[in-house]
Amino acid sequence: MTEQVSTISRKHLELSEIRASLSKRKGRDYWRSLDELAATEEFEEMLHREFPERASELVDPVSRRNFLKVMGASLAFGGLTNCTIQPEEKIVPWVRAPENIIPGKPLFYATTSPVGGVGSGILVESHMGRPTKIEGNPDHPASLGGTDSVTQAVILELYDPDRAQAVTNAGRIGTWNNFVQNLNDTIEPLRANGSERFRILTETVTSPTLGRQLAALRQQFPAMKWHQYEPTNRDQSRSGALLAYGESVNTYYDFAKAKVVLSLDADFAATGPGSTRYAKDFAAGRRVRENSKDLNRLYAVETNPSPTGSIADHRLPLDTGGIERFALTVAEKLGIRTDSNAAVFEDTAGWIPALVRDLKKNSGASLVVAGQQQSPAIHALAHAMNEALGNVGQTVHYTEPIEVDSIDQGSSIRDLVTDMNAGQVDVLLIVGGNPVYDTPGDLDFKSALDNVKFRAQLSLTADETSLSCHWHIPQTHLLETWSDCRAYDGTISLIQPLIKPLYGGKSVHDLIAALTGEGGKPGLDIVKETWKDHPEFSNDFENAWQTALHNGFVSNTRLPDKRMRIRQPLQTGNTVGAVLDEEELELVIRPDALLGGGRFSNNGWLQETPTPVTLLTWDNAALVSYATAEQLGVQNGQIVEMSRDDRSIRAPIWIVPGQADQTVTVHLGYGRTHAGRVGNDAGFDAYPLSASGAMWNSRDVELNKTFDQYELACTQDHHGMEDRHLVRHANVDHYQKHPHFVKDHDPSFQIHGQDVDKDKLNLYTEEVHGAKEFKSTTGNSWGMAIDLNACMGCNACSVACQSENNIPVVGKEQVLKGREMSWIRIDRYFTDDVDDPDIYHQPVPCQQCENAPCELVCPVTATAHSEEGLNDMIYNRCVGTRYCSNNCPYKVRRFNFLQYADRDTPSLKLGRNPDVTVRSRGVMEKCTYCTQRINAARIESKKSGDPIADGEIKTACQQACPTQAISFGNLEDPNSEVSQWKASELNYGILTDLNTNPRTTYLARVRNPNPEITT
Amino acid sequence: MSEVPRTKEAYSPPTPELGPGQTSYTSITEKISGIVLTRKTPIPWFLAVIFGVQLVAILQIAIAYLLYEGVGIWGLNIPIGWGFAIINFVWWIGIGHAGTLISAVLLLFRQKWRTSINRSAEAMTIFAVMCASMFPLLHTGRPWVAAYWLLPYPNSMDIWPQFRSPLIWDVFAVSTYLTISLLFWLLGLIPDFATFRDRAKNRITQVIFGMLSMGWRGSAIHWERYEMASLMLAGLSTPLVLSVHSVVSFDFAVSIVPGWHTTIFPPYFVAGAIYAGFAMVLTLMIPLRKLYGLEDFITERHLDNMGKVMLVAGLIVGYGYFMEQLIGWYSASVYEGFMMYNRMFGPYGHMYWLLILCNIVVPQLLWSKQVRLSTFWLFVVSMFINVGMWLERFIIVVVSLHRDYMPSSWDMYYPTIWDWALYAGTIGFFILAFFLFVRAWPLIAVHEIRTLLPIGKKKDG
Repeated sequence: MTEQVSTISRKHLELSEIRASLSKRKGRDYWRSLDELAATEEFEEMLHREFPERASELVDPVSRRNFLKVMGASLAFGGLTNCTIQPEEKIVPWVRAPENIIPGKPLFYATTSPVGGVGSGILVESHMGRPTKIEGNPDHPASLGGTDSVTQAVILELYDPDRAQAVTNAGRIGTWNNFVQNLNDTIEPLRANGSERFRILTETVTSPTLGRQLAALRQQFPAMKWHQYEPTNRDQSRSGALLAYGESVNTYYDFAKAKVVLSLDADFAATGPGSTRYAKDFAAGRRVRENSKDLNRLYAVETNPSPTGSIADHRLPLDTGGIERFALTVAEKLGIRTDSNAAVFEDTAGWIPALVRDLKKNSGASLVVAGQQQSPAIHALAHAMNEALGNVGQTVHYTEPIEVDSIDQGSSIRDLVTDMNAGQVDVLLIVGGNPVYDTPGDLDFKSALDNVKFRAQLSLTADETSLSCHWHIPQTHLLETWSDCRAYDGTISLIQPLIKPLYGGKSVHDLIAALTGEGGKPGLDIVKETWKDHPEFSNDFENAWQTALHNGFVSNTRLPDKRMRIRQPLQTGNTVGAVLDEEELELVIRPDALLGGGRFSNNGWLQETPTPVTLLTWDNAALVSYATAEQLGVQNGQIVEMSRDDRSIRAPIWIVPGQADQTVTVHLGYGRTHAGRVGNDAGFDAYPLSASGAMWNSRDVELNKTFDQYELACTQDHHGMEDRHLVRHANVDHYQKHPHFVKDHDPSFQIHGQDVDKDKLNLYTEEVHGAKEFKSTTGNSWGMAIDLNACMGCNACSVACQSENNIPVVGKEQVLKGREMSWIRIDRYFTDDVDDPDIYHQPVPCQQCENAPCELVCPVTATAHSEEGLNDMIYNRCVGTRYCSNNCPYKVRRFNFLQYADRDTPSLKLGRNPDVTVRSRGVMEKCTYCTQRINAARIESKKSGDPIADGEIKTACQQACPTQAISFGNLEDPNSEVSQWKASELNYGILTDLNTNPRTTYLARVRNPNPEITT
Repeated sequence: MSEVPRTKEAYSPPTPELGPGQTSYTSITEKISGIVLTRKTPIPWFLAVIFGVQLVAILQIAIAYLLYEGVGIWGLNIPIGWGFAIINFVWWIGIGHAGTLISAVLLLFRQKWRTSINRSAEAMTIFAVMCASMFPLLHTGRPWVAAYWLLPYPNSMDIWPQFRSPLIWDVFAVSTYLTISLLFWLLGLIPDFATFRDRAKNRITQVIFGMLSMGWRGSAIHWERYEMASLMLAGLSTPLVLSVHSVVSFDFAVSIVPGWHTTIFPPYFVAGAIYAGFAMVLTLMIPLRKLYGLEDFITERHLDNMGKVMLVAGLIVGYGYFMEQLIGWYSASVYEGFMMYNRMFGPYGHMYWLLILCNIVVPQLLWSKQVRLSTFWLFVVSMFINVGMWLERFIIVVVSLHRDYMPSSWDMYYPTIWDWALYAGTIGFFILAFFLFVRAWPLIAVHEIRTLLPIGKKKDG
């Protein structure tokens, strides 16, 4: 072999060439040989033709030598896919490993995840250079350690195999340089004259760096128009602020101080900027702990049941007009003058006087929140009510807008379409977003787009819009990008990359830099340039910068409070609060709780996570109440045709208890045609029903029944508890009188509802049969408690678990068969009235029973009790009899009926948690209390000799939970948080009459209804 | 016994075990060996074998696809972790019981009439147990490891099976059952093989039966050892009649699933097994009797007796159903009460009422002697029972699981084409094996039936 290689004729090396080439390089560098250094042609050739003399063998199909070579190569390349993509210059064995990287030990980096443009701080776990898991940043004001389900799923977005991987020009692979050349050639003539024909369309921008770059670009193209649009925008609240204050303003809340909250269709705890923080603060005010029975109170009026509404003490389902009349009536009682002549709210539930008294009593500690999809009038009324109640500066804060340029996005996109139709747009750069899919149906963005001469899109995947563009540039993912953004309160948050772009994409900053003549400038430099003169970085920039990067945000950059002056009387207009006729239907359009406006359509985790309350997976549906379904004569799954103007869609009906009567809610984000393998054709596209200017609701909708049926994959078919007392709850006054009410319903102590002596229920005495006190040999005995008072069913825990434990996505067909794999599921029960039910959520992970029914029936001991009291699963011992699952009363075990884990897609392999086995088919799996995290802590504890401290181990679900509803820790430590939770009189286990003695227990839900409201 | 005084009552001859056509050793031997040692094979035999082969082809496809794709091809889910595979396992094991009961228990009780049917009933047992034993292995998620991890073999890892699990008890119970039944059956065949060897006219047949008869010469010492061995095996088999299905019922009774966790299960399962087994014996015997003209061997008396056994077993099973209902109510347990309600009026309620029809209502016809003596009606009733006993297992396995403790996890079970294919495949295997047996081996114990002749009895006496 060496002989053959050496036959390459060597050119004499010129030392001067080497020096010249060395002088061009900076920093530490490695080279393989002097030939490489000189970059001689011969060396290049040798690189390309490893065995040049034998190259002819490649065409010989049967050569053994060739076969071995190909085998070797495939092995090598097979290994490559598992490697971090390292920059070329460093492809050298790790003689000295990069700083901080210890194989097997993850590193955490702080960055920021903007959803809808507004950032929330995250910590990203990185294993050997591969990001694998997202946690909340405990220091970041928008997170405080929690995340929502969407943020958890961002990691899968990074590894989505359907991401665009190459620059394309009219469907053919092109290059970035060609694109920049082509773009610059096209806009050059516009520079001098006609720069208004050059347009940029972005999503909501809070990034100061992008703002700075766009300003620089505008200097070169003075009349260039910058449009912003995304479906989950905040136009309504902006218009509301204009109505109330005459200027755009950013509003944020302080739920920690709020004792009484009125939500006007606001799902503040689960969606929208700051929701994670709001959820945490709100739930903190509802914790029942020793001596504190002073709970906050939430009144919610909403159209369709949301996570926030489901934890309300009082909830009223109302259509949009009803909510408006309700708000107007409450506002009037609070002394707010408006020009509205809407009918008075028909207060059948007797809410208004009691609510108003409650709000007034808590002046300065109350809060009125309006939902993002509510009309501007509602937002204005909410501002006015907060003003009247003295909440401003207490529970409500106003600041300058956090957006770089706060505009009405609905008008902006409408203007763009008008201009495109008029042929006034020559160049359109679409930066992120997918307007062909997600703009209101009446705009017909797609056909307008065809009038543009040069259209290019920068986005993660080649989507519906990319099809209509000349150029498509793959965008870098959030975790591959240098950038910045603002949080809900204006805090400057930094975005740093965790990994080199997987597919060599370009960030939005790279794109704009290429236009302003800064092409090729590293992202880090672009971002740094924005901040070099900022006061927080003024002295010792590098040091301050490192601190900010370490923290993920710049401290003390919350925008200062702004004093606002309300305009009275409020000009709410006459269209507000109209009453629905008897036969009239209202169409209500909402962004999906998980998919948003469609950004996450191709995310399998979010598609398969049940939508809160409806528990539908893989589909959206036309949601109606029981009464409305009866009125329309439709059933679950029956397809209806809905039309507005000349646009119509077909959607299956889904009956939701708690939906307002005479309304049909449809969710956006589904029915995409070019989302990718996961999102294509999941559900129906509701955008055609939306109209610009009236995005979120309409009465001009015709609904026609068809006789077609559609199968919807719902994860829970049965809504009642069938006397099993799984969720126990009481009102706070009942709780005060009966502190041990959770025992009242315990079937362990009852026969036919009569209390009996427990010993009489059993042939054996407690000593013989009862649970023995478990004593661990290690001093650690793990347990979990879940506070039902804090759970709103948002599913963040479930997605976090999926990410942490490599849980596969199984697809709609398998969910329909009842084979979903989630290790922690959120059970949802309705009680009372079907029209206005109480909604209860109950997260159910493995209960880790002390007397576990699963353990003794396994014929091969694949599930066994650990030293520390857990039911361990031994995957490689499991033969898959499924007996354990049959015998599990909680049905928390999940079985790999087929090969669910994707073993073939290379990109997905990168994202898996290396500490958790990827299960094969035929194997049972279940929640392990994140045993890999326990083990990691145990190893540390053994090394240091100190016992594992309370709070040192957090399970994935516990860590993600925005409301901190889950506590985990050592039961043998009486001072641990979980021991204290379990000492609460509200603590109970479910199905304990089976003597399973579960380690997961629940704290009963305690509601705090207004005693003056009787219904 | 010698003290018992002889009474002087009028002599009434016992009901004959054999029909009037069979009067001599020769006629018996010729009749039975003629089925095998002839060139003429009845057309229906070919039809049955072709049918069986077709179904076995389906069985092979069903197993191959199952191994390739996984148990997800079936209708299983969480909470219904067991479906057709376990239903069919219990059903086949149950069917096997009649053979053991007839050959062992009735032997010990010296019921002479059993001799005409014991051989074929034993064959049925063996083929049914073979069908049954396919399922527990195939239903596991990873049969390639389950095949030996369930066995207690010494290994360097020092890992043993979990002896507390009823599935391990199953492994022992079923393998013991198959071994003993097979030995008992083969032992009984040896004298007949020798007869066939001696009567065979063709060299190949002579050699084959010669080998199978293992040097049997019919000497007195042979007979003595033979009788002793049969008696011992019968003694071993008898407890198996009770134990095997009791152990199978432990799979359910030991668990905590409402509808499974029941102390009545062992006797109730055994009675059900005898019920199902006799129904299957009749299902096979009635056409076979017709096909080969065996009316002299399988007489009306046999039909009558088997009808009576079925009736008794059916009444015990009915009592079991009643007790389940009673305890469901009497326990005052929310779960048990709901389980019984759900069985009757839940989404699978129609199955329950069909079960009552098949297993309780229709078999009441057996009170009538006319029905017991009518091959047509007996066949109809036995088919009802075959279906009913399958439904019983469906209700126990699926209907109990589909709504147990957590209402949030309740779901439905819909069998897929692969569930049916595997089931149909085992039926095919059973038919094929049985008809091959009928054609190639003595389907009635020649040497035993000879003792039923008056001349034979005299010798006995």
